[in-house]
Amino acid sequence: MSRAVTLASSLSWVAFLVTLPLWMNDLYFLHVLIITGIFIVAAMSLNLLLGYTGQLSLGHVAFFGIGAYVSSLVSLGFEIHVWGETTVSLEPKPVWLAMLVAVMFAGLCGFMIGKISFKVRGAYFVIVSVSFAEVTRLVALNWLELTQGPMALNNIPYLKLGIPGVGQIDFIGKLPNYYLVLGVAILTYVIIRRLVRSRAGRAMIALRENEPLATSVGIDVTRFLVLATVVSAGLAGLAGAVYAHYVRIVDPDVFLFIYTVTMVIMVVTGGKGTLAGPIVGGLIFGILPEVLRGFEVMPEIQWVVYGVLMILIVYFLPEGIVPALRDAWRRWAGRSGTPPARPTVVVEAQP
Amino acid sequence: MTALDTSTAPAAAAAPGAPALVVTGLSIRFGGLTAVEDMTFEVNEGEVLSLIGPNGAGKTSAFNAITGYIQAASGSIVYRGAPLLGLKPNQIAAHGVVRTFQKTSVFNGLPVLDNVLVGLHLRARQHPLAIILGLPGVKRDEARLREAAWDILTLVGLDGRAHETAASLPYGELRLLEVAIALAAEPTLLLLDEPVSGMNPSETGAFMALLGRIRARGVTVLLVEHDMKMVMGVSDRVVCLNQGRIIADGPPAAIQRDPQVIRAYLGERYVRARG
Repeated sequence: MSRAVTLASSLSWVAFLVTLPLWMNDLYFLHVLIITGIFIVAAMSLNLLLGYTGQLSLGHVAFFGIGAYVSSLVSLGFEIHVWGETTVSLEPKPVWLAMLVAVMFAGLCGFMIGKISFKVRGAYFVIVSVSFAEVTRLVALNWLELTQGPMALNNIPYLKLGIPGVGQIDFIGKLPNYYLVLGVAILTYVIIRRLVRSRAGRAMIALRENEPLATSVGIDVTRFLVLATVVSAGLAGLAGAVYAHYVRIVDPDVFLFIYTVTMVIMVVTGGKGTLAGPIVGGLIFGILPEVLRGFEVMPEIQWVVYGVLMILIVYFLPEGIVPALRDAWRRWAGRSGTPPARPTVVVEAQP
Repeated sequence: MTALDTSTAPAAAAAPGAPALVVTGLSIRFGGLTAVEDMTFEVNEGEVLSLIGPNGAGKTSAFNAITGYIQAASGSIVYRGAPLLGLKPNQIAAHGVVRTFQKTSVFNGLPVLDNVLVGLHLRARQHPLAIILGLPGVKRDEARLREAAWDILTLVGLDGRAHETAASLPYGELRLLEVAIALAAEPTLLLLDEPVSGMNPSETGAFMALLGRIRARGVTVLLVEHDMKMVMGVSDRVVCLNQGRIIADGPPAAIQRDPQVIRAYLGERYVRARG
């Protein structure tokens, strides 16, 4: 029963989100949804690290920003002086290729950070990740020849995809980008879901729960932490690339610490270590400021409400919204019968 | 010693009675303190060997050195011809040497079945790319692993608890779950660190029966235990440690009569009183 319910609810959610622009004509709200969606993708990728392996990456925005910059630079082309008269230059490449390079490059950065910093755990990992994000921001700010520094990269081309039989789709404006973000979010969700329900995901969860025991049954700690960082960084890079080709201007502010904090808030309030957590948290804290603005409250009050709500959630639902709802559902469902001892199709009790 | 097959396949079981684990001249130091001094013993294929000794004798230190959790100062540890010294715990597990912990150690937040699934890690055949692409082989492998997990839960008698969270189990069942997790890693040598400490007599009895079933599967067992009834009941051979040194090695009946062992446990006066 549970599996059918889960499938039905997922499908109705997707159907709701796909048809949303058809009956919601507010372009501004569509923009809010796109930005929220991009943040949710980044939050989902952070959740893989924070929620499943238990490592707090407080520099996660670095991968997002790297994705944005790499994708922009590859699609715009660049020429830089390396040594004297020697220059390295790149002709503009198609946007889809640029996005692919961005994902790979962010993943590669994740690999290196993972290799270096998983020798050190806990607080040290937090410090390494924060430092990394700060370094990338300073590079983006000061390497004028490559990044234009504070002048920002402008006129970033939009994504064009030629689909056989349909023709070319230009991802310019709100509506196409809304569907692009929706597609990327679903892809991210599916990848993370597959990962955490496999040998690899169990290894990550085992490390979070009890590292000595995990190694005693043969789990190579570092290998799976690095795998989690690579996938997480790659997906954050994808979110950054989508962002860059949607807003079409990228400046060093994409590396600001506040964005990492926003992602952490989304993951923690929604429920870290659950698949739906970052989506629920992301929707609440992505849309809330705009809803408050709609009520025309003062900006100060908006942020007070935002902060108070966050504190209330963390205080009363320390595990997050999704686990709290799941427990409530189990208590309610648990009254109507006990599960079979050894079912032929094993029921998965995940949202 | 014969050079045995070093492959990790559990099927490469050697003849019963041949030395499986050979510990030679093992010394372990923590700063200036010598926890284990020049320890030499063998565990033969298919036997249950108990390591006993008073608190602080170095039993757990020896365990930790064999399974790679601490580094030995000197000596050698060879399992089925493969040197284990310097390997990481997970590499040692891949050689078929798997341990449990003195302090109850399970994955508290996970359901019982998932605890065992984690233990099956080494048996899983899933490449990360195949997982991300959702290839059908991964799904088949998962189904196979679940079957194996259920079989192990049935073996230890926890199949009725499969969907409960580990943290909600009573103490005796937690200790069974620990063994289930270790068994999932398909050990050919299982090291149990005080598995029945804190159990009541009926739980201990059930555990001894389980040990018999594990043994029947051809798993060699190295046991550290204080419960003498259990040690004398299940062991083929007993090695007694005192202050980091081996003071006796033999069948249980001989160990019980050994004056050195009695001295270590009960003191000099008791030996003289008996003598």
